[in-house]
Amino acid sequence: MYQNRTVLPMKKIVIIDYGLGNLRSVQKGLEHAGAEVTISKDPADLESADGVILPGVGAFSDAMKNIVPFLDGIHKYVGSGKPVLGICLGQQMLMSHSEEGGLTDGLDLVPGMVLRFPHSELKVPHMGWNALSIEQDHPFYEGIEDGAFVYFVHSYYVDTDASHTLASCEYGVNFAASVVNSTGNVIGTQFHPEKSGDIGLKMLDNFVGMC
Amino acid sequence: MLTKRIIPCLDVTLDSEGGTVVKGVEFVDLKKAGDPVDLAKRYNEQGADELVFLDITASHEGRSTMIDVIERTADEVFIPLTVGGGINSVEDVRQILRAGADKVSINTSAVKNPQLIKEASDIFGSQCIVTAIDCRRNLDIENNQDKTILELEDGTPAWYEVVIYGGRKPTGLDAVQWAKKVEELGSGEILLTSMDRDGTYDGFDIPITRKLSEELEIPIIASGGVGKPEHMYGGFIDGKADAGLAASIFHFGEYTVRDVKEALRKKDIPVRL
Repeated sequence: MYQNRTVLPMKKIVIIDYGLGNLRSVQKGLEHAGAEVTISKDPADLESADGVILPGVGAFSDAMKNIVPFLDGIHKYVGSGKPVLGICLGQQMLMSHSEEGGLTDGLDLVPGMVLRFPHSELKVPHMGWNALSIEQDHPFYEGIEDGAFVYFVHSYYVDTDASHTLASCEYGVNFAASVVNSTGNVIGTQFHPEKSGDIGLKMLDNFVGMC
Repeated sequence: MLTKRIIPCLDVTLDSEGGTVVKGVEFVDLKKAGDPVDLAKRYNEQGADELVFLDITASHEGRSTMIDVIERTADEVFIPLTVGGGINSVEDVRQILRAGADKVSINTSAVKNPQLIKEASDIFGSQCIVTAIDCRRNLDIENNQDKTILELEDGTPAWYEVVIYGGRKPTGLDAVQWAKKVEELGSGEILLTSMDRDGTYDGFDIPITRKLSEELEIPIIASGGVGKPEHMYGGFIDGKADAGLAASIFHFGEYTVRDVKEALRKKDIPVRL
C-alpha cells in the first residue's frame, strides 16, 4: 500500500510534563512546525529527543520539586549541545535562583535571578501583549521583527546580564523577556510563544529548525 | 508598552440537533452560522487579543460538547482562551485546562464556595483563575451603610450588589469588597459585568469599573454595554480597565476587532495591531 513519506525525518521534541496546566497549545504549535511531539513524564525520553521544552505554570518551588526526577537527564542533555526551550516559569527555572516563596535554587543553566515586580501603579500579574526589544541575533528570532508583540502572564521576572539577554521588555522595569546560555543551546522566553499568534508560531518553527 | 486587550466573548450553546452554536451571531458568510471554532478563527484573524467562551448550556451534554469545542479551538487558534460557565470544582477546572484553555472563569460557584478560588489558584496558579463578577446598582444606601458607596454619573450615591445565576439572584454582597476578597484568595484577574449595562449598547458602567481598577492590583476586564468603539476608549480612559470584552458589536459584523483597535490607536490607546 502506498504511504506518503516525508523526505526528512521528523524532529522529535519532548515536552517535560510535571503535572499541571495547558500543554496542548505548545504541542499543537510544535506539530504545526512539523515536529513529532511527546508529552513525557519519563526522564528516559530525553535520550532520544532532538529538542526539549520546559513548560511551566504555577509556583517556582513546586515546579523545582516536581522536576527533580529529570535533573540528571536535563544536565546531561544540555551538555550534549542539543536545544532546550524554557517557557514562562520554564525560563525562570533555567536561572540560578528565584526569590519566589523564599530564596529557591533554579537549574542554574543561565546565571541570574528571578525577582517579583515591585509594587507600583502597574498591575501584577503583567498580563497581556507587550513589545519585544530583540537584543541579540539568534536562530530563534530569525524573521521576527524588533518590536513584535507577544503574550505575557507573570508576576516574577528574570534579571540577568546583557550577554545572556536575547530580548528585553519594559514593564515598570526593563527585564529579560528571553534568555540564552553561554553556548547558545539553552533559551528561555518569559512570554508564551504558543499563545502569541503567528509570531509565536514562527518562533516555534525556528526552534524546530534548531533541533 | 503593555497594550490594552480587546476580547470578543462567545456564548456557546447547543442547537436543536445538539451541535454547538454561538448565541446572537448574525454573520451570513460563515459556512455554518455561529460555529464557535470558525468564529474563534475569524476573531483571531481580526486581531483579537484573547477569546472568552461562555458555556451557557448548563447541562451535562453541554459540558462534554464544550470540551470538544475547546480542543478544536486550541488546535487552531494560538491566542489565550478563557472558558467559563458551570465550573463548580477543581476537577472541572482541570478538565477545561487540559482540553486547551488557558484560564477558567468562575462566577456563581465562587460566591457559593469562595474556597474554590483558593484551591484552584493554589493548584493551577493564579494566572489561570479569573473571577467573573456580575453586579447591579443598588440605590438603597440607608440600609447599607457597610457597603462601598460610589457616585454615579449624575451624582446619585449607589452601591453595587453582586448578582448570580446570570443576574437573576441578588446576593447582598458588595462588589468592591467581594473583588478584594477574590484577589486575596488568589484570583489572577476579574471579569466585571454590570447588569445595568449588559445588552444596552450604552457603554461600560464607569463608576464600578474605575473603582475596581484603582483598588485592585490584579487586572480588570470591563464587560457589558459596548455598542461602538468609543465605548472601549471610555472603559480604558475613564474606567481605567486593562481589557475590554464585547460580544454583539462583533457578532453583528458591524465592527471588526481591527476597526475597534484602529479607532483606539487614533486616540493614542496602546493596542496590538
